[in-house]
Amino acid sequence: MIDFSVILAGFGGQGILSAGKMAAEAALYEGKEVSWFPSYGPEMRGGTANCSVVISDEPIGSPVINDADVVICLNQPSMEKFEASLKPGGYLIIDSSLIHIQPTRSDINFIAMPASDIASELGNMQFATISMLGCLSKATGCFSRDSFESSLKEVLPERHHNKIPGNLNAFDKGASYAK
Amino acid sequence: MAQKRVLMKGNEVIAEAAIRAGCRNYFGYPITPQTEVMHYMAKKMVQIGGNFVQAESEVSAINMVYGAASAGARVMTSSSSPGISLKQEGISYIAGAELPAVVVNIVRAGPGLGGIQPAQGDYFQATKGGGHGDYRNLVIAPASVQELYELTVEAFNLADKYRMLVMILGDGTLGQMMEPVAFRDEEPVVNYEKPWACTGRGDRKEHNTITSIYIDPDVLEKKNLELQEKYKVVEENEVRYEAIGLEDAEIVITAFSTCSRISKNVIRQAAEMGIKVGMIRPITLWPFPSKIIAETAAKSNVKAFLDVELNAGQMVEDVRLAVNGQKPVYFHGRMGGNLPTQKEILDKIVEIHKGGNV
Amino acid sequence: MAIVFQPTEGLTKKPLHYCPGCNHGIIHRIIAETMVEMGILNDAIGVASVGCTYNSYEYFSCDMVQAAHGRAPAVATGIKRTHKDKVVFTYQGDGDLASIGTAEIIHAAARGEKICAFFVNNAVYGMTSGQMAPTTLLGQVTTTSPFGRDASYQGYPINVSELISQLTGAVYVERVCLTDYKNIMNAKKAIKKAFEVQMSGKGFAFVEFLSTCPTNWGKDPLDAMEWLKEKMIPQYPLGCFKDTTNEEVKA
Repeated sequence: MIDFSVILAGFGGQGILSAGKMAAEAALYEGKEVSWFPSYGPEMRGGTANCSVVISDEPIGSPVINDADVVICLNQPSMEKFEASLKPGGYLIIDSSLIHIQPTRSDINFIAMPASDIASELGNMQFATISMLGCLSKATGCFSRDSFESSLKEVLPERHHNKIPGNLNAFDKGASYAK
Repeated sequence: MAQKRVLMKGNEVIAEAAIRAGCRNYFGYPITPQTEVMHYMAKKMVQIGGNFVQAESEVSAINMVYGAASAGARVMTSSSSPGISLKQEGISYIAGAELPAVVVNIVRAGPGLGGIQPAQGDYFQATKGGGHGDYRNLVIAPASVQELYELTVEAFNLADKYRMLVMILGDGTLGQMMEPVAFRDEEPVVNYEKPWACTGRGDRKEHNTITSIYIDPDVLEKKNLELQEKYKVVEENEVRYEAIGLEDAEIVITAFSTCSRISKNVIRQAAEMGIKVGMIRPITLWPFPSKIIAETAAKSNVKAFLDVELNAGQMVEDVRLAVNGQKPVYFHGRMGGNLPTQKEILDKIVEIHKGGNV
Repeated sequence: MAIVFQPTEGLTKKPLHYCPGCNHGIIHRIIAETMVEMGILNDAIGVASVGCTYNSYEYFSCDMVQAAHGRAPAVATGIKRTHKDKVVFTYQGDGDLASIGTAEIIHAAARGEKICAFFVNNAVYGMTSGQMAPTTLLGQVTTTSPFGRDASYQGYPINVSELISQLTGAVYVERVCLTDYKNIMNAKKAIKKAFEVQMSGKGFAFVEFLSTCPTNWGKDPLDAMEWLKEKMIPQYPLGCFKDTTNEEVKA
């Protein structure tokens, strides 16, 4: 895998930046090279947030993504902004609970999943992004479920380990939407 | 022994590295995109009994650095381009008074307020002066989060060794990105004696003074000559660079920091197209690795150089001086906070290889 | 014969370069004497600034750091934060402290830095040859107010002690002068008090010295002293503007 790139985008507070970090942590657990690069400064004003995650077997050149393998969107403005950044054949994964438009491109794989509804059913809105990571993992194999679980154990302090099963549950629900 | 790789933000790694290097004094002022250095220090310094002061200005922050360095402390400040411009007064005084200090510049796009995205437009300022007078700073340009860690630790040793300011020249990419970093169990911290420091006279017979003023021209000239002698020693001993594939390269890329890591991946792509590309990556921007560039330019396999930067062409002047007309030196730059893509650089390589006028 | 007066070991043997009638020599002397009398000379670190006293590091026999114009309070902050057990003071003139270094002095006071700032106000830039200072009096002729300082054109003098005394972090603020024995002894008391405030860890201490500059005022030393009494003191009244040493330190 060389420079596999994922853009995550949505509103601030949806857990975009931390979801990107979790994806990077999972890939790091597999011994991959990873980079995580956030939107920062005035770009974040107005409540939007995005980050770029690159996963690779080789040292990573630019952490800034010009053509993404996957774009994960949690709001409509993000989808309108980042759909064009996808490589042909790339994955556009959207939260269909919040986004009600269709992609304009036909050369991409489109997955619409009700991430916020899943999260709401599970009683924790942070699970929306986690479910989308499940879908990302299943659809592309850029990191495995096992690595996701193991990296959570490593990164989370012991006192939060009771939250891991809930995260995995959301992860699995999201994975079921992968084509 | 290296510890397990952990994912950390460049800015936070700089702060952590400084603390590991024995820095217990940090003075700063908020500016994007280096703020996480401050945030980390604000918390950690209090926890470990060090000093953190949010100064009223960059000017004040660098003068607090001057004070703490005068007092013999390991001390650091960090900022980004417009803030570094404000610090230039203090930087010149630190050079004049021969004080050890580490200054981090997480460069953003200029001139003026410019933008907050990554740039390398401060190369001239960092390597050619910035402040007034004949002086040099040792300028280090890490290219990864791991290097930010290792070279920041090293920066403190070098600062103490030569009693001079060491600047870590990063950019918004390096500061803001997270990458894996493996910390060492023990840091190679060298503890230098500082008998010159103002620590209170105590039992000393004479009082110590720290100053950069020498009103008598002969005394000042002598002082300046001593400084230049010191800089010569630094030039002889501290040049650092990374060289890749120079044995058979037809085209040699020169690039530092963020541009070098993007360019590095182009080498592989070019090889797939049958073009042999090498790279010289200056790790110290001053002292500049002129010698290896000159030697490389003299090699028969080398046909041309391509310098890649996030500016309108600054380091390329030093590359041209080193190449000294032996081979053509081409340039590719992006500005305003944009990064070049691998494809852009590859296209340029292909064009040069075709022998076109690039 | 009995020795009635001798050099203080708080000063080096280097002859002072100040002009005849200038008060810097007296101020140096009483600061140095006070350090010796308090037994803090070997624990003191002074910060020289820019102006006529740029090389006061050659006169004071404690450790001395020379600072850029106006930045002495920031430099002193760096020193004091490094050596919390030492006694740190700045020695600054009015151009240095009240003009280019306004931000540094205000914020050092606001932070309650445990340092002493000794501020010498002679209503003029001395070193650079008599330009208007922020403390120049209305009507006063200087090389950059050749027709006298005009409020409508050049604004008003800054009363720094009054300004500093408004800040919570400033614990002790006093203005003194050196016109006669009594005032000199009073100034010395203020210096001692300032050092004590610092050593007690209570906060920032500030002493303003009204001082003469016969050379740039174009007066002989005695006339200069009279002018100080007649013109400067009405604008800059003497006295203690703040002393909260006996109040509880605010959390």
